[in-house]
Amino acid sequence: MTSKDQMPPIPGTTIFDGAMAMKGYALNKMCFSFNEKINRDDFLANEEGVMDRFGLTEEQKQAVRSRNVLQMIAAGGNIYYLAKLAGIFGLTVQDVGAQQTSMSVEDFKAKLLAAGDD
Amino acid sequence: MARIIGGITTSHIPAIGNAISKQMFEDPYWKPFFDAYPPVRDWLEAEKPDVAIVIYNDHGLNFFLDKMPTFSIGAAPEYQNADEGWGLAPLPPFQGTPDLSWHLINSLVAEEFDITSCQEMLVDHGFTVPMSLFWPDRTSQPGAQQIKTIPVCVNTVQHPLPSPKRCYKLGQAIGRAVASFPEDLKVVVIGTGGLSHQLDGERAGFINKAFDLMCMEKIVNEAESLTDHSIHDLVREAGAQGAEFILWLAMRGALQGKVKALHSNYHIPISNTGAGLLLLENAP
Repeated sequence: MTSKDQMPPIPGTTIFDGAMAMKGYALNKMCFSFNEKINRDDFLANEEGVMDRFGLTEEQKQAVRSRNVLQMIAAGGNIYYLAKLAGIFGLTVQDVGAQQTSMSVEDFKAKLLAAGDD
Repeated sequence: MARIIGGITTSHIPAIGNAISKQMFEDPYWKPFFDAYPPVRDWLEAEKPDVAIVIYNDHGLNFFLDKMPTFSIGAAPEYQNADEGWGLAPLPPFQGTPDLSWHLINSLVAEEFDITSCQEMLVDHGFTVPMSLFWPDRTSQPGAQQIKTIPVCVNTVQHPLPSPKRCYKLGQAIGRAVASFPEDLKVVVIGTGGLSHQLDGERAGFINKAFDLMCMEKIVNEAESLTDHSIHDLVREAGAQGAEFILWLAMRGALQGKVKALHSNYHIPISNTGAGLLLLENAP
């Protein structure tokens, strides 16, 4: 069978499977709520209270507090839901990509452009 | 009888919706992308399909991890768009066609595809961006005269995702279902998403032009050769979100006639993505 544990890992890539979906449930559920503006405003006004209400683990809270996307993913965050959290801070997927790859946003954009060259 | 006149695929990046709302068609970054779409619109204007079956993936607007169906089909008179979290104004609702939706659901379940039927279904950018690209003037007409739509949503959020082969077979079953619908309707099938991109992890920004171009070439007349890829292969070669290519394969499966590419375009980058566009005619 093709459980991810039997597949060769893909560097820099987390397969969001059942185990990750269980691990990240509270964090992702909070981010899913950010589809609604009232919940985004609530988060901006009372970040700790909202994280408590959704029952985030300490690892998840720390990742959110430090705005560290790789840590959020390690704590079970799924990028589609995390994008809604990033949206609260006006961050684009280039901003998020630059952070995860330890590049400047300009360098990250240049890397994307260069992918069209070869 | 209803018949599928063609298939169209396009990327559905959220930034496109933002660029459309700001009318950035002549902006140097966007122009090479938007300039590829008029030939598709001309074809749609000439052919005037009655229904668009839109095969897409939800990104956390309608479905959450509490309930994650592998295949779901809308069966509603209309579909609402909503805020996805970044504050874009929702688009006006899209018209449905519940009779054909239920015919699809009945036919697919009879063929052993276990479908989740949805009488309420919020459609996100995976559905709305292609609709805005292909029917930019949709809302200038009253609802009853607008193109009817059927959202077909495939899980690409939480693994296990359905395999490329399974999605291609789903498309084939959609093709047979449409062909057995007694009403005279012209149907176009749209597969959205892709091509290569990865948003998450240390490999964020991964784009694979060679793989994308190979897929765009082979999907025209050698599509079955692509269905031997596993999801793991797609993630490795096209990026974590490049697995959306299964939606293109589902579209292609629905075309059972003589398939000819009428138009194509590939452009890097739009946002973090290799953006592909393909118009396929499905002649009897």
